[in-house]
Amino acid sequence: MIANLGFGLLVVTFITAIYGAVTAVYGDVKKDSRWVESARRATILSFPLATLTVFVLLYLLATNHFEVQYVYSVTSLSMPMYLKLTALWGGQSGSLLFWAWLLSAFSSAVMLRKWDRDREFLPWVILVTAVTMIFFLSLILLFENPFIRWWQTLGGEVAAMFAPTQATLLTPADGMGLNPLLRHPGMIIHPPMLYLGFVAFIIPFAFAVAALITGRTDDRWIRITRRWTLWAWLFLSLGLVLGGRWAYDVLGWGGYWGWDPVEIAAFMPWLTGTAFLHSVMIQEKRGMLKQWNMLLIILTYDLVIFGTFLTRSGVLSSVHAFAQSAIGPMFFTFIGLTFAVSVGLLMHRWNELKSETPMTSMLSREALFLLNNLLFMGILIVSFWGVIFPLISELATGQKVTVGPPFYERATAPLFGALMFLMAVAPLAAWGHSTIKTLGKAIWKPGVVALIAPIAIFFLGVRNIVALIGFTLVALVICVTLYEIWRGSMARSKKLEENFFVSTWRLFGRNRRRYGGYIIHISMVFMAIGILGIEIFQTQTQGTIPQGSSLELANYEITFDSVAQFDTTGGRNVTRAVMSIYKDGNYIGQVFPRRDYYYESQQPMTIPGLRSTMLDDLYVILVDWQPISTIGATFKVYHNPLVNWLWVGSILFIFGTLVAAWPEKDPATLRATAKLVQAPGAAN
Amino acid sequence: MKRLIWIGFISILLLVGWAGVAHAQQPTPSDDDVNVIASQLFCPVCENTPLDVCPTQACAQWRDEIRLRLAQGWSEAQIKNYFAENYGIRVLAEPPRQGLNWLVYIVPPVAFLAGAYILFRAFRSWRALATQLSEEEAQKSAPEETDPYLNRLEEELKKRG
Repeated sequence: MIANLGFGLLVVTFITAIYGAVTAVYGDVKKDSRWVESARRATILSFPLATLTVFVLLYLLATNHFEVQYVYSVTSLSMPMYLKLTALWGGQSGSLLFWAWLLSAFSSAVMLRKWDRDREFLPWVILVTAVTMIFFLSLILLFENPFIRWWQTLGGEVAAMFAPTQATLLTPADGMGLNPLLRHPGMIIHPPMLYLGFVAFIIPFAFAVAALITGRTDDRWIRITRRWTLWAWLFLSLGLVLGGRWAYDVLGWGGYWGWDPVEIAAFMPWLTGTAFLHSVMIQEKRGMLKQWNMLLIILTYDLVIFGTFLTRSGVLSSVHAFAQSAIGPMFFTFIGLTFAVSVGLLMHRWNELKSETPMTSMLSREALFLLNNLLFMGILIVSFWGVIFPLISELATGQKVTVGPPFYERATAPLFGALMFLMAVAPLAAWGHSTIKTLGKAIWKPGVVALIAPIAIFFLGVRNIVALIGFTLVALVICVTLYEIWRGSMARSKKLEENFFVSTWRLFGRNRRRYGGYIIHISMVFMAIGILGIEIFQTQTQGTIPQGSSLELANYEITFDSVAQFDTTGGRNVTRAVMSIYKDGNYIGQVFPRRDYYYESQQPMTIPGLRSTMLDDLYVILVDWQPISTIGATFKVYHNPLVNWLWVGSILFIFGTLVAAWPEKDPATLRATAKLVQAPGAAN
Repeated sequence: MKRLIWIGFISILLLVGWAGVAHAQQPTPSDDDVNVIASQLFCPVCENTPLDVCPTQACAQWRDEIRLRLAQGWSEAQIKNYFAENYGIRVLAEPPRQGLNWLVYIVPPVAFLAGAYILFRAFRSWRALATQLSEEEAQKSAPEETDPYLNRLEEELKKRG
């Protein structure tokens, strides 16, 4: 009964989305605003409808309705309540419903804005969001219905939405339980963040398409969606970072990023989104790159759908699995159609989107931003090609190949290095025109200070050329950024005779986007420190040792004290080792690597023992231990220098994005306030 | 002669014995030796999991196989070839540089260079446009300076001055 209610709500949401799409277009064609208003209300209505659907599924998950196939596959009696609820996105059907729900939330939110100045965009924004919604709801209704139930028929067990003939409802005593890998806090938050990022990018795309259809080719659509884009980017970035942290904590391979196709699927829209965030500034400031910005947001939208497609279609395991699954071809068709239509619209408006001003200097800030876009596109090409080449190979030759980390690392490292260099130079370049002389004059002071870093690490014994170049770039970005902030604050402080810190605070307040961006740049170089540390200086060792013996790595000694095996709540058997850590002969603490075995899913998990400082991480894995063994246990130890900077950088990144995205006061209000301050009597 | 045969026989025995002892003394490859090679191979069963970190039983057996081959004196390249021949080239971390696989290495740099070239051309056309615009602006202002009336006015002003 409850499942039927959920299914019914899903169908009504689907019909509402179709109604919204049709009436929006009809209203625009007939120039009848009542139809458009009706479509707007239908879009708003889709949110409570989708919310109710989600609540129904949450209720089924929380109350152990194992007769529902989805509930059976992702929960069990022994799971705590928070895991039962977060199992909403623990499986394919639920996560697609979650996707659609987020889209309904964003579409409704955007419908509630003031549309007075942008009325012509409204029907087309409704159309784009509704078409995307219809697509996802069709996938759910036709192939991934989370309300399907188990039925006992004469022929055996059947999963179906409605009772087959002579069938009775089958309620298993317990469920399969959530995949143990998904029970980590990182994995609980990671998918919602990623999906928030994915779905939020649909709104700027909807406005871009609306601008193309209506022919309103100024930068209004960019100004409306600027904050949407920043929030989308923040969530997507957080999703990526949390995914990395989850991999580090749960997968037990000593790293955070394995260039896995699923990771790359989320990384690709981030690349185009980041390029877009930079290049829209050129359009706003100089009226340039309008065509390019359109192309970037189209690419981002289709990469968002492609990312979902990669993980949902089965295409990654085999092209044959893709051909057999119905969901894959549907995704493929939708991506192809939306891309073709969007690019067709762009071509139609191509001449109207020409730049208002030409680029005059190859060293101007806009030129450097464009170079930055080229580098992001370069990384995108490497990532995209690396992901799809195995599929091409399998189709063409029948032979599967792996495109693994060595390929990506070799191809992207110089591009990331060049991006860091641009991050250091671009803030010093002027809009419109810069020369080598002006740039040189601006960069030499922070450049000289930055040279201290490579000289220092050289004298500390580092001879790795990549490390020396990498840390030089890191220092250069930090010095340039701090120098820029210092210069701005000093100028303001002198002019207005303010305290330096007050000046800095107000400087940030007056131009949050610029200075939020600078904080983001510093956070990125913090992350780069972590990446350089683990990529270049990671060392590892593995050995089988008896109790009381030690493994040695870097300047650490790791002693195997004891091991115990026991059952815990949640249907889990735990094998936990106790290891003492000595650094340069001094005892500094213990770590507890363990192996968990989940009885329900018959799945093992390797949880590392971790000792973490800003200098390095010691990451210990219990590889093997047999209860009757006399030779001891096998451990793998990784020494990961500087990796914590990656996580610290991500926290700073959130702060920077919040500063950049924080709403500024309306310029009209600011002007009015200024007038009032200047002439208090004028108000009367 | 008999003595020589005996000396030869004993020498061979000593040599074989020495070789045997030497072989017995050759240390069993360590986990680290195994992992150096395993980290360059991918699990043939699990998706995108390097062999050195794959927790499955099958991968543990494959790591033992690497250890065995190392103990037999095989080189890293020989072991990688052995795995590729027996389990397919997908076990290699990168496609071997042959046939269609060359595309994986060629396409990204070619596409990037093409993008850089397009950008360079765009820069040049923008520069040309900027120069043209500035010349047009200069021409627009020129007639004002060569306006006969203005010239006459300037001349008169000079005379009076």
